[in-house]
Amino acid sequence: MSIDWTALGEVTAVSIGVTFAVVVVFSLGVLGLDRREGARERGGTSAVGAAQAGLCFLACAAVVAYGIYLIVPQFH
Amino acid sequence: MDHITFLVAVVIVTALAFDFTNGFHDTANAMATSIATGALKPKTAVLISGVLNLAGAFLSTEVAKTISGGIVNDAKVTPAMIFAGLVGAILWNLVTWLVGLPSSSSHALFGGLIGAVWVGAGSGAVNFDKVLEKIIIPAFASPVVAGVAALVATYCAYKLTARGRADSVTKGFRLGQIGSASLVSLAHGTNDAQKTMGIITLTLISVGALPGDAGPPVWVIFSAGLAIALGTYIGGWRIIRTMGKGLTEIQSPQGFAAETASTAVILTSAHMGFALSTTQVASGSILGAGLGRRLAEVRWGIAGRMVAAWLITLPCAALVGGISAAAVKHGGNFGTVVVALVGAALAAGIVLLSRRNPIDAKNVNDGHEVAIRSTPPSHVGTAA
Repeated sequence: MSIDWTALGEVTAVSIGVTFAVVVVFSLGVLGLDRREGARERGGTSAVGAAQAGLCFLACAAVVAYGIYLIVPQFH
Repeated sequence: MDHITFLVAVVIVTALAFDFTNGFHDTANAMATSIATGALKPKTAVLISGVLNLAGAFLSTEVAKTISGGIVNDAKVTPAMIFAGLVGAILWNLVTWLVGLPSSSSHALFGGLIGAVWVGAGSGAVNFDKVLEKIIIPAFASPVVAGVAALVATYCAYKLTARGRADSVTKGFRLGQIGSASLVSLAHGTNDAQKTMGIITLTLISVGALPGDAGPPVWVIFSAGLAIALGTYIGGWRIIRTMGKGLTEIQSPQGFAAETASTAVILTSAHMGFALSTTQVASGSILGAGLGRRLAEVRWGIAGRMVAAWLITLPCAALVGGISAAAVKHGGNFGTVVVALVGAALAAGIVLLSRRNPIDAKNVNDGHEVAIRSTPPSHVGTAA
């Protein structure tokens, strides 16, 4: 019997890394959205907030697209 | 179609029945946290999950080439053993659903098969090395990995968004949850529906109804996809309540972190060729997300019972599978009919018992005092 510890380690590292990255980026996106809404309530606009939210959510969408790519074997 | 004997027909129906229980047992994995945080309405959540499971069944053409991934010797497996194994898996899934415990449908299936093959073809036909490598080790590792990932991510999400206003933060993460939960459902459909398709296809091949290298016929893909999607849509509300409300109070950042962790673990390990239980990964993520916010929030009593259920799932399903296999082996078609009738009667009994304390879309989020019965009902216990 051979247990592939390297593969197990890779799964661990990649899973934790990806989760951490996605959640942090998404949190930043949520903060950007929050800043934009805050500015709007005060009657102004926050281009920085909107850009931050847009970029972060785009990055998350890219990760989701890659996830779908992994799920569907026809794409490989 | 004269290849389709009575036994083969029974195997196909039983396999679809298992697929159905697999669906409603596992709705919780993808949707429990989204329902608990209000990201999706309960009915909407199970509808999305059902549709994505059906889509997943059609998307993946990579059907399991072996019934069990080498855990049992496929050459020695007969339709009768598959039938016996499926009965074990279905009954165990129903018992754990009745008590609201998220246990692994894959382990139930493997357990049932191991028991049936052990009785039917001797212990030599079970590859215990593979059992350790493919089931036991991932079973311990995957919930821990998912839990650690969710813990770290939850902690950071709260730290980062602490200066944001609570309502817009909650709203943002709720939207994110819809995406992450959908991805879990899709991944589930491509994995679990495949198992049933593989079983039906290999049964048909074993009796000569299909050539040896055939893929699943369209009607097999469609019926398996439909069975799992229907099961998902009916929704295992008891298990959803345990996972969404029982283990810990879930807020939307936690839900998002937990679902992201589940997706990451499921996809990376599927890519590396590890078979693992979606249920255990999702439960580990939820516990991690609970710890990431506040240690005291996790209800360890319920978590402990859940882990206990994980440990006994495989042996219990194996026991039922073994008993059924003995009946089928010695009783032939008559034995098969008896096992099928007894199995159906027990299943009906469990469903009737569940009526005493119904949980559905309306009360799935009520209260957080989840009463989980620690002992299965006696008549089920004696049969198992």
